[in-house]
Amino acid sequence: MRRAAPAPAGVAAVAAGLEGWVHSTETFGTADGPGVRYVLFLSGCPLRCLYCHNPDTWHRQDGTLTPVEDVLADIASYRGFIRQRGGVTLSGGEPLVQARFCKAILHGCKAMGLHTALDTSGYLGSLADSELLADVDLVLLDIKAASGRLFHKLTGVEIAPTIQFAEDLAAINKAVWLRYVLVPGLTDNMNEIASLATFAAGLGNVERVDVLPFHKLGEHKWRDLGLDYRLESVQPPSQEQLEQARETFRASGLLAC
Amino acid sequence: MNALFKIGSRQEPWEGFTQGEWTTKVDVRGFIQANYTPYAGDGSFLAAPTARTTALWAKMQELLKQEQKKGVLDVSVDRPSSILAHDAGYIDQANEIIVGLQTDAPLKRAIMPNGGLRMVEGGLEAFGFKSDPAVSEIWTKYRKDHNSGVFDVYSPEIMKARKSAILTGLPDAYGRGRIIGDYRRVALYGIDALRAFKKQEFHELDNVEFTESVIRQREEISEQFRALDELKQMAAKYGCDIGRPAANAREAVQWTYLAYLAAVKEQNGAAMSIGRISTFLDIYIERDLAAGLLDEAQAQELMDDLVIKLRIVRFLRTPEYDQLFSGDPTWVTESIGGVGEDGRSLVTKNSFRVLHTLYNLGPAPEPNLTVLWSEKLPQGFKEFCAKTSIDTCSVQYENDDLMRPLWGDDYGIACCVSAMRIGKQMQFFGARANLAKTLLYAINGGRDELTGEQIGPEFAPISGDVLEYDEVVGKFLPMMEWLSGVYMKSLNAIHYMHDKYAYERIEMALHDRDILRTMACGIAGLSVVADSLSAMRYARVSVIRDERGLATDFAIDGDFPTYGNNDDRVDAIATWVVETFMGYLKGQRTYRDAVPTMSVLTITSNVVYGKKTGNTPDGRKTGQPFAPGANPMHGRDHKGALASMASVCKLPYDCSQDGISYTFTIVPSALGPTEGERVANLAAMLDGYFASNGHHVNVNVFDRETLLHAMDHPELYPQLTIRVSGYAVNFIKLTREQQLDVINRTFHASH
Repeated sequence: MRRAAPAPAGVAAVAAGLEGWVHSTETFGTADGPGVRYVLFLSGCPLRCLYCHNPDTWHRQDGTLTPVEDVLADIASYRGFIRQRGGVTLSGGEPLVQARFCKAILHGCKAMGLHTALDTSGYLGSLADSELLADVDLVLLDIKAASGRLFHKLTGVEIAPTIQFAEDLAAINKAVWLRYVLVPGLTDNMNEIASLATFAAGLGNVERVDVLPFHKLGEHKWRDLGLDYRLESVQPPSQEQLEQARETFRASGLLAC
Repeated sequence: MNALFKIGSRQEPWEGFTQGEWTTKVDVRGFIQANYTPYAGDGSFLAAPTARTTALWAKMQELLKQEQKKGVLDVSVDRPSSILAHDAGYIDQANEIIVGLQTDAPLKRAIMPNGGLRMVEGGLEAFGFKSDPAVSEIWTKYRKDHNSGVFDVYSPEIMKARKSAILTGLPDAYGRGRIIGDYRRVALYGIDALRAFKKQEFHELDNVEFTESVIRQREEISEQFRALDELKQMAAKYGCDIGRPAANAREAVQWTYLAYLAAVKEQNGAAMSIGRISTFLDIYIERDLAAGLLDEAQAQELMDDLVIKLRIVRFLRTPEYDQLFSGDPTWVTESIGGVGEDGRSLVTKNSFRVLHTLYNLGPAPEPNLTVLWSEKLPQGFKEFCAKTSIDTCSVQYENDDLMRPLWGDDYGIACCVSAMRIGKQMQFFGARANLAKTLLYAINGGRDELTGEQIGPEFAPISGDVLEYDEVVGKFLPMMEWLSGVYMKSLNAIHYMHDKYAYERIEMALHDRDILRTMACGIAGLSVVADSLSAMRYARVSVIRDERGLATDFAIDGDFPTYGNNDDRVDAIATWVVETFMGYLKGQRTYRDAVPTMSVLTITSNVVYGKKTGNTPDGRKTGQPFAPGANPMHGRDHKGALASMASVCKLPYDCSQDGISYTFTIVPSALGPTEGERVANLAAMLDGYFASNGHHVNVNVFDRETLLHAMDHPELYPQLTIRVSGYAVNFIKLTREQQLDVINRTFHASH
């Protein structure tokens, strides 16, 4: 990420000296927002989701302390690839753990004319102030479960801040893609999905729902970290299960993929 | 000729064409520019194969299956091939629209001893055929071949460099290829006019001083003149009068193909590209469509039939050759699309048709379909290409916006990545030098790390226990300079002898008299060298020496940036290597004053290079394959596909004008969730790559599991095609080692 290239417009737009914890980058992301995206994974997350596939991003120190100018200079070097269709997605971890850092990056990206997306659980939505949100084109809102009880069981935290954030985004009519991870035996209750769908459809700003299959590709990371993986016996959902969940969202008038 | 295709012929073959200077001199480009019809739409007009096409291809596939079992189906052992050596041959005469085979039967290979009798005998023996004693006698007693000529002049130093594999793949025992005749000239002008032009060129040299070069040129033109006549006679065997220009679309395709056929009857060249014919042929097709002489299904049928013929071009080669360039490649490269100097896209409906053959006949490695990509290509074509790549993995892409300023808008790609103005330029193919081994020679004072033999100049080796970047570079520089000298000497010898004993008469007959020649050198092991030097600079590399005092292993302490992550600290080293070695090549004198150029391309030889190179300071172990071409070493690019591409894009094309090859493999799901998104994302990626000055990219879209399954069940995957460095290949025809190399490479997947 050390580049000697002339500073792009975005770099000049941010305060010097600001640093943040960066876990890793995926320069050709096609799963986190529209088109080809530069996905920046920031470290640190207050949630402890049972099915988390990136437990190596839970702690801030899992990442590398990186100046915001370096992040933006790196992003700038891919402008040719991502400016046409696609853009930049901040993910994690939970990016809003480092809200100031996010704000600076998003602002820099907008100064470069890039589309921006924020991939968040919404738990720290109160940290996303209006200035930050002004530089976000799309929020990828991960709602882990429809009911408070299950939400807590899955993530270890309360659902209320996420619901509040969803409503705040609706109030300013910010584009949202809802993301829902389908975990057989945990989040596949169709009644609960239906009530989430009703809620989401009522918001009016949910453009699309991504129903994502639970997968076990992150299982080895839990073991590497000496953590107890509690979903060992859970298998990924079938295509039929996924389709059924999507249909449930569609029944409320939402676009589900 | 059969009665299948009754197209009305014209009295005047150029009827309806916009006239211009092209009518009075050989100027195919001028003809194209004055007459072609750009097409900005999508692929919805395309036609499915006719029942005839499907039946003919099914018949051919049966033969291909037999060939796959035997390795070589049959050989015409008794007659050294020439333009006229064989009678007409057919797959199924009554059902062929475009006719002509290399010998008298499909897949029956010819022998071409002018390149090297050893290659012929070795090839025959390897596949269980007996050589003809008369042929062996003639080419030992009475006639010398290219191979013998080269070995008559090689120096001990060249022999050692060759044996130690610091130079590999030199075309000293086989045909050099990489020359593209302008086969279109035969269709546009007819042989009679072309011979008249050649005669004129010859007589222009009547009254000049007869220097050695003038005498050589006069003899060559005489040979060309003769070859054109033989081509005309060969065509007559197939019932075609190609003395006159083609008068309709079928004739244009047929005449062009016959000219190409003459070349592959006479030359077993490493790469026998066909040039840039689709848009040229589109002009004839459009004229016939407008006149109601042809419909879309018939137009597609012409291209399908042509492509069937191009798919069955065969050469007899040795197992050693196959180890280097696996899967029986012929590099019948066809360059498609691009943009003209006036800014108009050169994409025509026929650009779509030639790609559509991959659907009508199924995926295949040949012809080597190469799209010349420009930001200005119509979006419909970009997306059609992307979709074709995703569905077939049979397309490669090269940067037209980067090449057009150098080579104009009528260049073609020879082999994989070598651009040349068609009919106005040729290259002397030079295989490649192993720079990773050169770095080890620098460390070991010119001794080979495997054999211990003194190959390079005897410098003092590195004596410390830790490799210091500056000290190693200080020795690497003179070692590269030495290598560039030995390398150029061997290439000069090779091409002198090739011109003398295996001159490409018919290909050169379809060139102008005065042409540009390039000396196309190449390098292998770029990412190994870059990462090794990076390890020395940013980590600590200790030397482990064996009992002979040779540095044979290295211990790395600490992290270091690796090439393929868009990190300037190491990418700058890779760029420096390219610039530096090219600088040394430029300093060498070349045969026929050829202009030295360089490629970063290995084809499949990255496996053999790896086999013959010891442990390297980047942590690569003895025998492990290099990355192909300009690719990062597999597993070392960890920031995703674009970071990997961004590193490759930094390599300077102006120091590597013979091409920079990058092979990109991605699993379908990582390209996007739906088919529509995959197509759009791939097209956007290609736009980004080329806008960032990337030169070449192979695109593969498949899962690793598919390949693993194909390894065990080859019979289920007769047409599974993948792109390797610079060409496409039937996966099941690769050696097991090469299959594993492909499988072990980086597959870009989602995070």
